[in-house]
Amino acid sequence: MLVAVLVAVVVALAFLTWFVGAPLRNPSAGEPAIDSRRRALEAARDAKYQEIRDNELDYRTGKLSDEDFRTIDRQLRAEAVEILRLLDDLR
Amino acid sequence: MAAVGRAALVLALLTTLFGIGASLYGARRSRREWVDAGRRSVYALFAILSVAFVILEVAFVVNDFAFNTVAGNSSLTTPLLYRVAAMWGSQEGSLLLWVWLLSAWSSLAVFLTRNRLREIVPYAVSVQLGFGAFFTMLLVFFASPFSLTSPAPVNGAGLDPLLRNPSMMIHPPMLYSGYTFFTIPFAFAVGALITRRVDAEWIAVTRRFALASWLFLGVGILLGARWAYYEIGWGGYWGWDAVENAALMPWLLSTAFLHSIMIQEKRGMLKIWNASLVLAASTMAIVGTFLVRSGVLNSIHAFGASTLGVPFVILIAVMVAGSIYLVISRRDVLRSEHQLDSLFSREAAFMLNNMLLVGLTFVIFWGTFFPLISGALTGTESEVGAPWFNRYTVPLALVLVLLAGIGPVIPWRRASLANARRNFATPIVASAAMLLAAFTIVPISSSPSTIVLFCAAVFVFASVGQEFVRGWRVRRATSADSRSVAALSMIRRNRRRYGGYIVHVGIAVLFIGVAASATFQRSHYVELRPGRSDVVAGFKMTEQRPTAAIVTDPTSTGALLTLGAVIRVSRAGHYVGTLHPTAQFFADPSGAEGPVGSLLGGTSVSELSLDSSLRRDLSAALDAPSLQARLQSEINRANALVNADKAGAQSRLDLSYVLLAAIVHGYLRHTPEAQFKLTSSPLVLWLWLGALVVFAGGLVAIWPSGATRRVRARYFARVAQELGRA
Repeated sequence: MLVAVLVAVVVALAFLTWFVGAPLRNPSAGEPAIDSRRRALEAARDAKYQEIRDNELDYRTGKLSDEDFRTIDRQLRAEAVEILRLLDDLR
Repeated sequence: MAAVGRAALVLALLTTLFGIGASLYGARRSRREWVDAGRRSVYALFAILSVAFVILEVAFVVNDFAFNTVAGNSSLTTPLLYRVAAMWGSQEGSLLLWVWLLSAWSSLAVFLTRNRLREIVPYAVSVQLGFGAFFTMLLVFFASPFSLTSPAPVNGAGLDPLLRNPSMMIHPPMLYSGYTFFTIPFAFAVGALITRRVDAEWIAVTRRFALASWLFLGVGILLGARWAYYEIGWGGYWGWDAVENAALMPWLLSTAFLHSIMIQEKRGMLKIWNASLVLAASTMAIVGTFLVRSGVLNSIHAFGASTLGVPFVILIAVMVAGSIYLVISRRDVLRSEHQLDSLFSREAAFMLNNMLLVGLTFVIFWGTFFPLISGALTGTESEVGAPWFNRYTVPLALVLVLLAGIGPVIPWRRASLANARRNFATPIVASAAMLLAAFTIVPISSSPSTIVLFCAAVFVFASVGQEFVRGWRVRRATSADSRSVAALSMIRRNRRRYGGYIVHVGIAVLFIGVAASATFQRSHYVELRPGRSDVVAGFKMTEQRPTAAIVTDPTSTGALLTLGAVIRVSRAGHYVGTLHPTAQFFADPSGAEGPVGSLLGGTSVSELSLDSSLRRDLSAALDAPSLQARLQSEINRANALVNADKAGAQSRLDLSYVLLAAIVHGYLRHTPEAQFKLTSSPLVLWLWLGALVVFAGGLVAIWPSGATRRVRARYFARVAQELGRA
């Protein structure tokens, strides 16, 4: 019984080492690095688009006056444009 | 197999230590392969702990009493369903479940972020594996589930009868899922603060994990409340018990976080507050785990005194000190980008909501830890009871419900007076109508706070209903969808908004149930015997006949004897329903009550019988100890008869069962008076239905958005247009 347990543990250890250590044996096989700055800006862009949509829905459902809607919408679009410009700069 | 289990735990500990080292080394040296090895350690941890989990579960299922944990928490007479669940009835088994769930959810988080937050993930993985290392260390050095006894006992002590409830299968795993899920937003917050990346991508990921932990913990709390409701003596669905409170506090803080993170997302404000909230919510989840494990406070749910308190205190101290250091040292990246435009805006409403939720958490924290605080100051531990909690929490809850109606109808940034008048008119009229209706139903003096809450709830229904109708009209006007498709697509296109609104409606429904049942519940303790009646809240309850089951165990809980009664409920002569309350008696393995007395001398449990409807719950519970006391003279006579028998052990056991059957026969023919608790609780079903609506809304909000390449493309075009003009 003890021998069987020992064998099981050694096999498990070997498998673990193989599985966990795989990236270390072949570093080039790792996934390509993704530009985190770009990902952050893309997330900011998506959030800004959602905000523009939310603002529109607020306006259409009567929560915003015409003037407030136009002011906020203009501001949000300017912010979206700025995010797009930053994204372009990364290319 | 115990040796394999022990080896698995040691391997798990080594894996966590390797993973922490690999992740930190990879992050500091920008070595991608080491970071990937760290991520793989999380998957490996899950696989290894699954082996340990299965070994212990199999030991419970096959009654391997050589395992101390199995012998202490299961027995040959414990039904299979409860043998499976008995694992988390023990300190060691539940710790293993905790860390196994932690590894499962961590693996899911690592998988979902495999291509995201590249700088943050290595630190988050280190923190996750740090939690894994802590709990695995407890299992290896302090509370091993694989410790053995030799020779193995023939039978075990059995699972505590109070835990023999179907909820035992699902309530602890859900609660622990909530607790363990909370470590994920904590880990990602720590990673974001270390790398100074508290940006939109972090918000998107953390919000989703925080919502998942909120959902799991909420379901766990609800299942616990429902379990308590059915087990008489637990004081209804909520008893302000230390462990119940410990689960509620992180849930309240994460509710606050889920609101305030939207302010950061849209306005770049409250960054310090949000980082602090998410760190505090996760720390409170560990405090909750500490309360259950350490035995530091009295609770029906706790595992009693243990040696685990000190390690937990150290962990909590490290979490608190580390969180404070990170927030202070990163205050430069946590500066607000904007200021509040108007006090009459959604941001302001969310801030008030946050203050109330944090205030509520503080009140509950103070009341929960008051025994320790008073003990440290005066030398005498004093407890605060439900009236103390109610005095402070009820007003806060009232305003919170009202805010659940105000938030949806005011816009971000600023609201104008004209629009406010238009948006608040219908909800105010609806609540005024509710107030008038309430006057006609109940006197205002009976409970002003309850009536105010009803009005606040109606305000929520009206404001959210108005939002749904207006959103639907907009959808209809801007698309060619049919009515029903427009309603569905409106929600699908904006799951977060409408999921949140559904949650608000659920909260209002839930609080109606809580307020009505707490204020208008009527209970009587009465002595009944067949043919005798009592009246509760206008309902006549008549005991028709006694019932008894010996060995056959109608409820499949392993009870040796079940005594009960059939109670007919009527109102004004009309039949309403029939209740079947029972008292279950479990054997006492010590044998201290004598040969017959020990067959039913263990724990006794009263099983509530319930007639539930939307208007009210009618329930009856049979008081098991008083019934047992009334049978005591017969039990004593039977004990004497068996003791006088000089035959062998088997013969004496057979005689004991025969005499027990005779006692039961006597009970059925000449039923003694028994004490019943008869209760009428209005609108309790609303509480459960409200909770279901809350979780349905949570699911809508968390469901991955199918949106919407088409919509996104349209916005790309529009912003490109703006770019062209600029």
